Amino acid sequence: MTTVGTEAQPLRVAIIGSGPSAFYAADHLLKQSDLVVEVDMFDRLPTPFGLVRGGVAPDHQKIKTVTKAFNLVAKNPRFRFFGYVEYGKDLSHADLVEHYHQILYATGAQSDRHMGIPGEDLTNSFPATAFVAWYNGHPDYRHLQFDLSQERVAVVGVGNVAIDVARILCLSHEELARTDIADHALEALSKSNIKEVYLLGRRGPAQAAFTTPEVKELGELEEADVVAIPSEVALDDVSRADLEAGGDKAAQKKVELLQGYAQRAPEGKKRRLIFRFLVSPTEVLGDSDGRVAGLRLAKNELYASESGSIASRATGETEDLPVGLVFRSVGYRGSPLVDVPFNERWGTFLNQKGRIIDPTSQQPKIGEYTAGWIKRGPSGVIGTNKPDAVETVQCMLEDLATGQVLNPSHAERESIEKLVQERQPNYVTFADWQHLDEIEVANGAATGRPRVKFTRIEDMLAALGKNVTA
Amino acid sequence: MKIKHVLATKSPIIHTITPQAPLSQAVAILSEHNIGTLVVMEDDRIVGIISERDIIRAAAQDPAIFERQVQHVMTANVITGRPSDDLKAVLQTMTNRRFRHLPILDGDILLGIVSIGDVVKAQLGEYEGKLDTLETQIIEEG
Ligand SMILES: Cc1cc2nc3c(=O)[nH]c(=O)nc-3n(C[C@H](O)[C@H](O)[C@H](O)COP(=O)(O)OP(=O)(O)OC[C@H]3O[C@@H](n4cnc5c(N)ncnc54)[C@H](O)[C@@H]3O)c2cc1C
Ligand SMILES: NC(=O)c1ccc[n+]([C@@H]2O[C@H](COP(=O)([O-])OP(=O)(O)OC[C@H]3O[C@@H](n4cnc5c(N)ncnc54)[C@H](OP(=O)(O)O)[C@@H]3O)[C@@H](O)[C@H]2O)c1
Repeated sequence: MTTVGTEAQPLRVAIIGSGPSAFYAADHLLKQSDLVVEVDMFDRLPTPFGLVRGGVAPDHQKIKTVTKAFNLVAKNPRFRFFGYVEYGKDLSHADLVEHYHQILYATGAQSDRHMGIPGEDLTNSFPATAFVAWYNGHPDYRHLQFDLSQERVAVVGVGNVAIDVARILCLSHEELARTDIADHALEALSKSNIKEVYLLGRRGPAQAAFTTPEVKELGELEEADVVAIPSEVALDDVSRADLEAGGDKAAQKKVELLQGYAQRAPEGKKRRLIFRFLVSPTEVLGDSDGRVAGLRLAKNELYASESGSIASRATGETEDLPVGLVFRSVGYRGSPLVDVPFNERWGTFLNQKGRIIDPTSQQPKIGEYTAGWIKRGPSGVIGTNKPDAVETVQCMLEDLATGQVLNPSHAERESIEKLVQERQPNYVTFADWQHLDEIEVANGAATGRPRVKFTRIEDMLAALGKNVTA
Repeated sequence: MKIKHVLATKSPIIHTITPQAPLSQAVAILSEHNIGTLVVMEDDRIVGIISERDIIRAAAQDPAIFERQVQHVMTANVITGRPSDDLKAVLQTMTNRRFRHLPILDGDILLGIVSIGDVVKAQLGEYEGKLDTLETQIIEEG
């Protein structure tokens, strides 16, 4: 048998997903100087980059420039992108095993975590995941409608996603119109009647998951006053002791910012963004039509657990907060894929340092790997996926060195291309995507926006001159 | 980041031992799997933790140690954690109180053990990631 990883037989790797973890892994694989590697990357969408396109907020364009680094990876002649090709639909596990030495699943977290409280699924109660995907123009979510005629909205959770959602709801039309927010969202939000947005944290300000620049930005909005309640942002004894012992400067800074907001006199702007801490929603209250009418909140106090982590527990006191719309932003959750062992508890693929583990033997499955949010869970900024992907690639290289790779019967580039052509004749190449990208950017330039996004797959395919009815 | 994100990439196999097992067996398991600690379980409940350090400390005092039972050498007051624990807080506790392994429980169910190495690595990954992402932004500005 020819040595795998040479000119005669390159190491053939399939990567499922094209988000940050997929690109960081591809980059690290293609950088190996003593190995010849070929990477084929598949995404179910015609557009690459995962949550960089479909998650990162439209008013945070700078963060999206990370795609320049991904473009460089895609330039490598040993890299190919197959967009609009879905694992589990257009390609199966068996297809991949037949064509690749190694398979890397980097499919991110496609769903949302549930809170497990009554009324969670009432009309006008939405996961933040759906709202985010809608305003970012994800084709699967463009048809959604959010009742923005409501005046009062609650966002549950105080992570950075909750902050994004609250900020998007508070931006003025002029602020939004400078971004690449989906046209349907720009239009719907321009008619928004929202006056108050509540952000609800179950612990205190020192434990909030959001980061400092994100909270700071909320204090600088054109059309919204930011409000915090002095008693809720004052440091309790447990948090103070913890901050003093640990010297967590970032947490200290967040608390100071919020205490500053609590001291601010409102300027009478059009909207108010109100931070609440130490409250846990225990029920979404409905009206007689089954629509959201409010949230029942249990008030909490904090205590330090044995391991030093600060947790909340109910004091027994409750409060009803009248709101007409709820966004649950308590985290994303990974979805299973056919033929890939799944860990229900964490919502991740069953893995050890990125090697997929067989649930029966509890040993690694030869040739199968995972990286990013579907490997460790939905946590971390874009860059966090780099050390994560590198760890996985190191396992892949170690396994190659010991000959633990799949033995594909069709380890040539052309063969999989033929198969994809059969299964999904409208697949999108990286050059196709670059063409779409140019069109989006040109359409944006005309109106002073970074781009105007395609939000329908049919429109993307039509713009590429593909046969849409196929 | 939380402890659950560390557990998600760890082997599903948790090495345990009973309190009545001879210490020689504990040593054999530690050595075979190249690990530093075992959780001591009785009737599906965690009753202790035994580490390399516990064994060395005991051996220094009593060379006939290996005939003794695990329960005489283990640490019985085990500090445990939960999947929802904040990584930073756990790291601080492990450093200040000088222990290197933390069993993670959901109620009484043992989900896994995280070592200080795991926690430091995850924390480093988070910092590195933040730096990398910041850098991208600064380069764009500059
Ligand atoms: C709302 C939001 C805002 C964020 N903002 C920021 C920010 O401002 N700054 C920052 O640094 N980080 C931000 N993040 C975090 C960052 O987006 C993530 O860390 C990162 O995107 C995770 O990368 P990933 O590759 O694991 O997954 P993803 O980016 O989710 O990529 C997964 C890819 O897999 C594809 N896929 C899924 N299933 C299949 C299948 N069956 N077949 C083929 N392809 C499939 C998907 O279409 C997707 O393209 C944000 C996250 C969210 C949710
Ligand atoms: N600008 C940016 O850099 C940016 C933007 C968006 C996202 N991101 C990153 O993407 C990742 C995911 O963000 P995320 O906001 O989805 O997740 P996250 O950071 O994990 O935040 C989740 C929030 O939901 C709360 N929560 C969880 N369960 C709850 C419950 N049952 N009841 C009430 N509150 C509950 C959490 O509180 P507890 O802490 O008490 O559990 C936390 O406040 C993060 O790493 C984030 O930094 C970054």
